[in-house]
Amino acid sequence: MREDKKISFIRRKFLKSFAVAAAALATLTKASSAVKDFDFDDFVQKNFREMTPQEIERMLKRLEKKYKEKYGKDFVVKATPPMENVEFGYALNLSKCIGCRQCVYACVKENNLSRKPHQIHYIRVMRFKTGPIDLEKSEHYYDAEQVPEKGYFYVPIQCQQCRKAPCVKACPIKATWTEKDGIVVVDYNWCIACRYCMAACPYRGRNFNWAEPYVPVEELNTNTHYLGNRPRMKNVVEKCTFCIQRSREGRYPACVEICPVGARKFGNLLDPNSEVRRIIETKRIFRLKEDLNTDPKFFYFFHS
Amino acid sequence: MRFAKFLIDSVKEVIKGGPLYYAWMALLLIVMAFAARSYIFQLDQGLIVTNMRDQVSWGLYIANFTFMVGVAAAAVLLVVPAYIYHFQAIKEIVILGELLAFSAIVMCLGFIIVDLGRPDRFWHIIPGLGILNFPISMLSWDVVVLNGYLILNTLIPIYLIYKGYVNEEPNKKLYLPFVLLSIPWAVSIHTVTAFLYNPLPARPFWNAAILAPRFLASAFCSGPALIILIFQIIRKVSNTKVQDVALFKIAEIMAYSMFFNLFLFGAELFKEYYSGTIHLAPMEYLMQGLHGHNALVPWIWTAICLNVTAFILFILLRNIRSVKIMNIGCVLIVTGVWIEKGMGFIVPGFIPDTLGEIYEYMPSSTEVMVSLGVVALGFFIYTMFAKIAIAVNNGTLKYQKD
Repeated sequence: MREDKKISFIRRKFLKSFAVAAAALATLTKASSAVKDFDFDDFVQKNFREMTPQEIERMLKRLEKKYKEKYGKDFVVKATPPMENVEFGYALNLSKCIGCRQCVYACVKENNLSRKPHQIHYIRVMRFKTGPIDLEKSEHYYDAEQVPEKGYFYVPIQCQQCRKAPCVKACPIKATWTEKDGIVVVDYNWCIACRYCMAACPYRGRNFNWAEPYVPVEELNTNTHYLGNRPRMKNVVEKCTFCIQRSREGRYPACVEICPVGARKFGNLLDPNSEVRRIIETKRIFRLKEDLNTDPKFFYFFHS
Repeated sequence: MRFAKFLIDSVKEVIKGGPLYYAWMALLLIVMAFAARSYIFQLDQGLIVTNMRDQVSWGLYIANFTFMVGVAAAAVLLVVPAYIYHFQAIKEIVILGELLAFSAIVMCLGFIIVDLGRPDRFWHIIPGLGILNFPISMLSWDVVVLNGYLILNTLIPIYLIYKGYVNEEPNKKLYLPFVLLSIPWAVSIHTVTAFLYNPLPARPFWNAAILAPRFLASAFCSGPALIILIFQIIRKVSNTKVQDVALFKIAEIMAYSMFFNLFLFGAELFKEYYSGTIHLAPMEYLMQGLHGHNALVPWIWTAICLNVTAFILFILLRNIRSVKIMNIGCVLIVTGVWIEKGMGFIVPGFIPDTLGEIYEYMPSSTEVMVSLGVVALGFFIYTMFAKIAIAVNNGTLKYQKD
């Protein structure tokens, strides 16, 4: 009798476990986005750097078609290559920055950054009380009625485009690399989302799409680059690319263009007559965390 | 073919069993089923259902992964006395230790897979098919050494169990080289895992040369602690002979390891606090709390208390040969090291983050459930393999001509 009870208890337990397993399987097949959104062409796509020019051409056409179906808008997806004899550099005038965050939002719009449920900003403007730049005492989420505020100064930080980028070294599958013009890019279709690059970056230059990114259709920027602002997917890493879709066509990044006080300067480090070169050669400059030897191409400077 | 019959008989052995066995396996299956549901939810919604964010981009999964690599490496503490020193009492049970290493590696890979945001792209990491950034990325080294260790700890036990099944003397020339190779390899898996965190100057808390030795020291207490506990369970539920003398031998090694572990932790504390640079911040966050944020403080102090108490108990063991004291010590150590290496090591590496922001992390229910599932999977696999090994050892599972 006791033995019978035991066996029926075990049987119940067994059946229960099968029922739960079946329920789990049902959830899987029932409209799970992982299954629904599966795209065979995406699945078999090679790493960007291993594609032939013809394969890239085909892939760009495929993406344009895919985005048209998904968003109902005509996209241009480019893969403009780097220009010869160009290495991009950036200089930021801390004496001028007023902490208005217009660069942050111009960047969000230009680069199709996710608005929700997980919001992404490539640029963080940090507020400091007058005194030394002590990161631990910075305010990331300051709310000011009017800027600039008395007794405060501001330091915007974004990807520092390091020459010796720790993130590139960390990636186990070469999904991120430095282009010939010095821009550190990510192949969003190759990233496996191990997030080792995020652990390796000393500047919080990398952002993760923790959820499916959402951008209102009317605010989508349809002029895109494969390695830049094309629509992203959930669970991939992304980062500032000096607006690769603009800079490779001789235009300024969106943050440079919008800055109301002209604190942001951008140009070719290899051109001896460029503005950034002049700033580096004539102003007192510094770079963040120089002791880590990452050799950033992002320079901070003061008026004189 | 004899090997095919071995496989068939093994499957039969796994299917049959007493009520306790069925209840245990059913329990594990239920846990795995719930975990699968949580994991599908995570795949569906994205990693946003975890509590990881840009500031703290690794959490419970990677913490458990790190702990399990230590458990896998600790099998070496049975392999060395068994094969090098021919300590008979341990030689009889070494195969159960190797199987534990195998199961631990399966759990490690499981934790990596659930942590990956894009498991659908897993093939990108397979050399030949995708691109492995070897030898530049330390993560690529981890892929190589973990899979190598997995292969070693699959081949060796399978060969030995099979030879027992067909009742033949195993060919030493064939398997001993692999056993010897597995010894430095065990050390390497935990060293490389430490080297994942160690070379990142962005994270001063991890950027310490002491890390690899510290990992090994803590692994050589937590791994054997699990082994001691599991072996006693096996002794209870099957008629496998596990001698107390073997357990006490393992316990002795653990006492030394715990001493080194505490010493190295103390050395790290001294260096950080005495220098008192800005790099003290993560340690301060962990030990005392920082700017009013102190979520990890109770965790680390619990871990320290558990580890110190266990160390004292293990010293007492030299004079009082008590299995009960040893077991209490083992439970304390497993818990203590799990906290120290997991929540106490991975998480403070990210707090404060590289720009000084403090984001306090505690795992979400999804992370906890999925983690339980990975552990259940590991135990499920271990139970199956151990059952086969024990049956072969007892002679109840052996080759018979049709």
